[in-house]
Amino acid sequence: MRSGAEAVQLSSDRVESALPTRNRLSPGTAVVGALCAAVALWILVFATGTSAGAAVAEPGEFIVTMLDGFTLAGLLFIVSSGFTLIFGLMRTVNMAHGSLFLLAAYIAISVQQRMVGKTNNIVPEEVAITSWVVPMLVGSLAASVLGIVMYQVFLRWHPGQDLRQALITIAISIIIADQLLANFGGLAQRMIWPGAVTHFFEILGERYATSRLFMLAISLVVGGALWFWLNRTRMGMVVRAGVDDQEMVRALGINISAAFAVTFFVGSFLAGVGGAMGASFAGAAPGTDGSWLLNGLVVVIIGGLGSMKGAAAGSLLFGMVQAFAPAYLPTQYTFYAIIVTFVLLAAVLAIRPNGLYGKAEQ
Amino acid sequence: MKAPSAQAIVVAAVVVALALLPLVGSDFFVSFVMTRTLILGMAAATIAFLSGYGGMTSMAQLLVYGIAGFMIGNFSVSEAGSKGLKLGLDPWLSVVLALLVATVVAFILGAVSSRTTGIYYLMLTFIFAVIGFFFFGQVTTFSGFGGITGIDPPALFLDQPIRLYLLALVLSLATYLGLRAVIRTPFGLALQGIRDEPVRMAALGFNVPLHRVLAFTLAGVVAAVAGVVNVWWNGQIDPQSISIGPTIDLLIIAVIGGIYRLEGAWIGAFIFVAANNYLRNIPLVDSIGITEARFNTVIGALVLAIVMASPDGVTGLFDRVQRQFANRSRASARAFAVQGNTPNNQVTGGDQ
Repeated sequence: MRSGAEAVQLSSDRVESALPTRNRLSPGTAVVGALCAAVALWILVFATGTSAGAAVAEPGEFIVTMLDGFTLAGLLFIVSSGFTLIFGLMRTVNMAHGSLFLLAAYIAISVQQRMVGKTNNIVPEEVAITSWVVPMLVGSLAASVLGIVMYQVFLRWHPGQDLRQALITIAISIIIADQLLANFGGLAQRMIWPGAVTHFFEILGERYATSRLFMLAISLVVGGALWFWLNRTRMGMVVRAGVDDQEMVRALGINISAAFAVTFFVGSFLAGVGGAMGASFAGAAPGTDGSWLLNGLVVVIIGGLGSMKGAAAGSLLFGMVQAFAPAYLPTQYTFYAIIVTFVLLAAVLAIRPNGLYGKAEQ
Repeated sequence: MKAPSAQAIVVAAVVVALALLPLVGSDFFVSFVMTRTLILGMAAATIAFLSGYGGMTSMAQLLVYGIAGFMIGNFSVSEAGSKGLKLGLDPWLSVVLALLVATVVAFILGAVSSRTTGIYYLMLTFIFAVIGFFFFGQVTTFSGFGGITGIDPPALFLDQPIRLYLLALVLSLATYLGLRAVIRTPFGLALQGIRDEPVRMAALGFNVPLHRVLAFTLAGVVAAVAGVVNVWWNGQIDPQSISIGPTIDLLIIAVIGGIYRLEGAWIGAFIFVAANNYLRNIPLVDSIGITEARFNTVIGALVLAIVMASPDGVTGLFDRVQRQFANRSRASARAFAVQGNTPNNQVTGGDQ
C-alpha cells in the first residue's frame, strides 16, 4: 500500500507547504514568465488580426472571452474534481470517468424528453427548472451507482496497483461506450436548459447567454458543497485523513472501506452532474466521453493529481486557454488552438513536474 | 560455440513458418490478417519496451505511428484532389523525411514527459495522443478530418501484398532482436535501473530524464517505421485512425499479449486482429446477442478478464502454466523460477 507520504493533499491548510519556494528563478520559470508576459501583451495591444481583436480596442470581446473562460472552468472543475477526489484517496486513475459523464448525459436527456413529453424540437420555454434538475439528478445517480458497482466488483481487489486499476477502468470504458452506442445511437443529442435561465443580456455591446452563468453558478454551489463536505463533516475528515495516512485511519478503528465507497459514489456523481451540464452546454454523442476524459486529465495534470485546489486552479487555467486561444490566434491559424493546450501543459510541467499543487510521487 | 537456447529455437521456427506462410495461406489471411498483425505488433512492442523496461506506459505510440503515416501522405502524394501539402516527393525520400519528423516529435514529447513516470506517464501520453488526433483533424494544412488518400508505396511494393508482408516480417524481426539487444546494452541496463529506482540512479550520476527521453525517442522511431509500413499497406490515413479508440486498442494489444514482454506484442496483435476478423465465424455467437457491431464489448470484456486474472497477459498465463509443470518435475524447477523473475513482479507491484 502506498503510504500517506506520497498521497496528495486534499486539506487546504497544508497545500501551502507544497508550493515552490519563490526565491529562486529557474530557467524554465523565466521562459514561462516571459511567455506569459508576451501573451498578455499580445492580447492587450497587438492582436488586431484575430477574431476578437486587441483588448484595448475591443473591451467587449475581451470581457466575453473572459466570461467564456470562467463558465467553462466551472464545468471543467465539476468533472475534474470527481476524478481528483477518487485519485486522492485511492490512487485509482478512473479512465472510465468520461464514460460515466456520457452515461449520465444520455440518461438525463432521455428523462428530460419523457418529462417534457417530446423527443425532439424541445424549446427552452417548455422546460421548467424541475425538468432540468430532476433529469440531472437521475443521470448523476445512475453514474454514481455504476461507479460504485465498478469499484466494488472490479477495483477494490487490487488496492495500490495503479496501472492495473487504470487498465481495468479502460476496459470498462470500452464496454460502456459500446453499450451506450448500442442503446442511444450514434447521433448527437442535446439537453435543453430550462427556459428560466435562457436569456441574453448585454455587456459592453456584446450579447451573452444567461445559461452559461447558470452553469457557473451550479459549479460554485457544487464546489461549495464539496468544500463543506470535505472540511466540515465527519466523513469528509475521514476522507482527508485517509488521503494522508490510510493505515493510521484504519488502526484508529475507522471503517475506511466505507469512505472509499462513498468517495467513489461522490466522484462518479460529480461526473454525472458534469455530464448533464455538458449535454446542455455542448451536446452528447459517441466520442464525447473521450474528449471529456481528456479535459479532466489535462486539468488534473496541470493542477496536480489528488488536490482540490489543483483542480480549481487547473480548471481556471485550462478554461481560460480554451476560451482565449481560438479568439486571439490570428484568424488563419485558429485551427492551431489545440496546440496551445499542449504548450500550456508543457509550460506547467517544465516548472512543476507534478502539477501546480501536486506532490512528488515517491 | 554454445548451443542455441530453447527460446531462440522457438523464435527461429516461428519466423521460418511465417516466411513460408504466403505459400500455403490464403491471400486474405496473409495480407489482411498477418500483415496487419505484424504492423500492429511492431507498434505494440514499443509499448512493451517502454513499459516493461522503462516503467513508462506510453499511449502516444500510435500518435508517432500516425505522424509518420501523415508525413508520408503529405510528402509523397501529388494529386490535385488530395489533401495535405501535396509535395509529390520521391517515395523513399518521403520515408526519410517522415521518419525524421516523427523522431523529432517523439523527442519533444519525450522531453515534456521525461520527469513523470508510472500512471502519470500514461495519462500525459494519453493527452498527447488526443491532442494529436485533434491537430490532424483541425489543421487542414496537413490533413483535416477527411484524411489523405491515394498514398502509393514505392514501386518495389506497389500492388505486391506478399512483398509488403515479407517487409513487415523482416522489420518485425529486426524490431524484436533490436529492442532485445538494446535492453542488454549499458543504456538498457541503466533504463531498467531507472524503472526500479529513479532516485538511486540519479544519485549514482545517471541522467534520469535523458535516459527516458532517449528510450521514448527510440520507441518513437520504431513506431514510426511501423506507421510507414501501415500507410503503404492501407494506401490512406485519416485522423480517425489515431483517435482515442485505436489508441486504446494498441494498449489493449500490448496488455493482451503481456505488457512487460516484447514477444507478447505480436501475440496480442494476432489475437486482436483475428478476433476482429473472425468473431462472426464462431458458431452460436450471434444467438447470444453478440454481433460484429458489438465487437468492442467483446474485446473490452476480454481485456477486463485478462487484467483481473493475469495482469501479465497471455504470455504471463503461459509462464504460469510452464511453472506449474516445472514444479512437478523438480529438476527443472529452479531454471523456471529464475525465468519467472523477469519484470513481471512490477505488474502486481504497487508495494514499492
